[in-house]
Amino acid sequence: MSAASDPLLDVRGLSLDFGSPRGRIHALRNVSLEVGAGRVVGIVGESGCGKSTLAYSIIGLLAANAEVVGGEIVFSGRNLIGLPDSEMRALRGREMSMIFQDPMTALNPVQTIGAQMLAIQYRDAVPTREKRRRAVEMLAKVGIPDPESRLKAYPHQFSGGMRQRICIAMALLVNPSLIIADEPTTALDATLEVQIVELLKDLQKDMGCSILFVSHHLGTVAELCDDVVVMYAGEVVERGSVRDIFHAPSHPYTEALLECDPGRIRQKTRELPTIPGDVPNLIDVPDGCIFRSRCPKAFDRCAREAPAPRRVSGGHEASCHLLDELAEAAP
Amino acid sequence: MSTAEDSGGTRRKTVGDGAFMQHLRQLSRDQLGMLGLILVLLIVLGAIFADWIVPYDPLKIYAGPRLAPPSWEHWFGTDQLGRDVLSRVIAGGRVALQVAIATLAAALSVGLLLGLIAGYGPRWLDNALLLLFDAVRSFPIIIFALAVVTLIGPSLYTVILVVAITSIPNYARIVRTQTQAMRTNEFILAERAMGAGPARILAIHILPNVIGPLLILASMDVPLVISVEAGLSFLGMGVKPPTPSWGTILNDGYSYIRNSPWPVIAGGIPIILVTLGFTFLGEALRDIFDPKLRKDL
Amino acid sequence: MWIYFLRRTVLAIAIVAIAVTLLRVMIHAVPGDPAVMMLGPRATPALIAEFREKMGLNEPFHVQMVTFFANLLKGDMGTDVFTGRSVTQIVMEQFPYTVELIFTSVGWAALVGIPLGCYSAIRRNTLFDKITGIASVGTISIPSFVMALYALLIFAVGLGWLPAVGAGEGTLGDRLHHLILPSLAVGIPWVGYTARIVRASMLEVLGENHVRMARAFGLPEMRIIFRYALPIAILPTITLLGVGVAYLLSAAVFAEVIFARPGIGSLIVNAVDERNYPIVMGCVLVTTVLIVVATMISDFVNALLDPRAREGL
Repeated sequence: MSAASDPLLDVRGLSLDFGSPRGRIHALRNVSLEVGAGRVVGIVGESGCGKSTLAYSIIGLLAANAEVVGGEIVFSGRNLIGLPDSEMRALRGREMSMIFQDPMTALNPVQTIGAQMLAIQYRDAVPTREKRRRAVEMLAKVGIPDPESRLKAYPHQFSGGMRQRICIAMALLVNPSLIIADEPTTALDATLEVQIVELLKDLQKDMGCSILFVSHHLGTVAELCDDVVVMYAGEVVERGSVRDIFHAPSHPYTEALLECDPGRIRQKTRELPTIPGDVPNLIDVPDGCIFRSRCPKAFDRCAREAPAPRRVSGGHEASCHLLDELAEAAP
Repeated sequence: MSTAEDSGGTRRKTVGDGAFMQHLRQLSRDQLGMLGLILVLLIVLGAIFADWIVPYDPLKIYAGPRLAPPSWEHWFGTDQLGRDVLSRVIAGGRVALQVAIATLAAALSVGLLLGLIAGYGPRWLDNALLLLFDAVRSFPIIIFALAVVTLIGPSLYTVILVVAITSIPNYARIVRTQTQAMRTNEFILAERAMGAGPARILAIHILPNVIGPLLILASMDVPLVISVEAGLSFLGMGVKPPTPSWGTILNDGYSYIRNSPWPVIAGGIPIILVTLGFTFLGEALRDIFDPKLRKDL
Repeated sequence: MWIYFLRRTVLAIAIVAIAVTLLRVMIHAVPGDPAVMMLGPRATPALIAEFREKMGLNEPFHVQMVTFFANLLKGDMGTDVFTGRSVTQIVMEQFPYTVELIFTSVGWAALVGIPLGCYSAIRRNTLFDKITGIASVGTISIPSFVMALYALLIFAVGLGWLPAVGAGEGTLGDRLHHLILPSLAVGIPWVGYTARIVRASMLEVLGENHVRMARAFGLPEMRIIFRYALPIAILPTITLLGVGVAYLLSAAVFAEVIFARPGIGSLIVNAVDERNYPIVMGCVLVTTVLIVVATMISDFVNALLDPRAREGL
């Protein structure tokens, strides 16, 4: 296999448990996804589906009670699972960087923006002057006015939207090949969200890095991403290009998600559609398909057997028995 | 609406138990708290039944040789007048208990009153009282006590007065906070519209909510109160000799520290035990009452 | 930022004024003739009259208060009833000894307590942490004067390692030598307390988002502790130490008596014995000022360390 066609990030069958007083929580089960170089991949799913957990396991910042029980995370050809912390640290803030959900608490309140932006460049053997210049340049790119003087300001002197821009600037400043963005627009209001997404789009095209974009907001994902991974209760239920997912959803959960998105409602209605039922217990994972209890199309096979990912078209996969049925029914 | 799943982590209440029994049960599970409770009971009972359990009369001089080290006859040895130190230590608990009870009673009642006034009264009164509380609280107790003693002379009552005054602000604050919270409570307004008097409101709405924090505060406060009494007595500003108080025992011991270390050692032990006991008890109480309080508010 | 300090200064002066007024008023609040009260068994009619004259008790009340404050502003705290010397002079002679004791005690708390607490947080649940925890609770539970007595007993009387009496002569070394035991006796409970507070604070801050982000950028752990965690975790401790000066002063009174050190504590205890109210008042005044200044210093340090504090108020 030539290096050029290998994805930048290849998560293969990752399974992760959390230890808790009530038992082991199987937070991620057999999760697989790929992020190609220069591609933007979105992870969508409702709260608690494990998308943030997945993001944190890639960058290696999980809680102490987390344990990987299977699978690999291959980044630039290396398996990150089992990598000693010192080597993991060498990757963080270099090859990969992260944008967090809450900009109000992500920055160090007692250091100036400038000091923080210089700190993250600590590995570079260039003079401080140059580091400062880079910081100013990046702040200008993300749209902070008068960046030169703003370096001396403290985080609390900026608004939420501005702080998130600064965080984005910092994530890009280290010139990573992969940026992991954990719901970066969730804490911002709608107009800010649009601006941030536009900014990310432009910057990504400019710098050519890959982005792993975690979100529960479908509209944003449709706008920004090239590929989408749909997660439910710790499993990947469908993945494909953004076009595949939004125009030809092949998993009942994806279909339900799309139907529930307020932006897609075409007819006037009194009630907003919801998906009935609750997320299953992840300590005692039920047999069969994980979505069965809430799926309007479930049948008897769904209770016995967990569906394996099946190809819908090139690069588009979904884990649903119905696809089997369809394939068999087709002549 | 989705059906909620039982997460299995809720605490079960035994049907029919009153709040007191529940709290007691919770306390019994906390080892340090139980230790604290035992220490406290030990001291309190020792003080109450002092007259019956002392091996010698605490005031009797030359019950043994002067400044003798510990022996079978005198477990803590004797002081410079030949008095049995153990007996004096046990009897000293009585003074400590008196001070603690008197101060608590005064601080609670006056604190309750002031807290209610601050909570219910006009804004300016509230602010004025708060300022007063802060001024009193930020002042070194001992220095304040010494100033008062200069004016009205040393005695047990002086000590009680001073300690009570410095304790009141903390109690008043708790009552004030709760009162203010209750003031705008719609339930209360409804009751008042129906003619409920302030006594009823006090008893039913305010008291149950402040009991917890007041108890915690009291158990944190008592060791301080006892220490201050002992300290003042040590300086000769508290109880007058020959009444035994842990402070006077330490004072006597200090004067003769080069002859015999035992009175000093013995005098310090009960103070340390009392402080430890109430600290453990207080922390256990906080564990019991605080989570509950957070939910209520 | 300067407006902030201006307001704090005004507030501080107000507190001093209130405390002092209360004390002056207290003389009259007490039932009976204050002169009789204060002269105690020595009271003879002639002495009482002289005392009243000296203390200005014969003037109408408001005149007394005005004179009192006017004198204060001049730096005059009255004259000692017995020796006739200026109270200000007497008190200021003793003041430096107490200040050096308080300062050293706070120094122990800060210089030993903060690193202990910090290390306990980084190495939580290790043996070090557990031992420090127990030691902290233990030392906090011992009242300061008991601690002082035991320290005297063990190290001065028993082992003879350190001096039991006095503040030392002349040389800095000797003075420091005499400071060790008293400042430890006063400061050790605070070392424990500070360590506990810093530990709790550090654990909280280490779990916060900005620390997580710093880790996400691969910053070295040392830098994270010293730039991203500790400066924030320390802030409540600074305030605490400032407020704690009041408690330290109470402890200092005992330490000075027990170790026979000169200072405000010894002075006030002797004055109380003699019923020498002007001296007592002078000491109280100086004490109040000291507390207020300490609180202001801790506020100042707080504002220095925390840029957010500079905006408020």
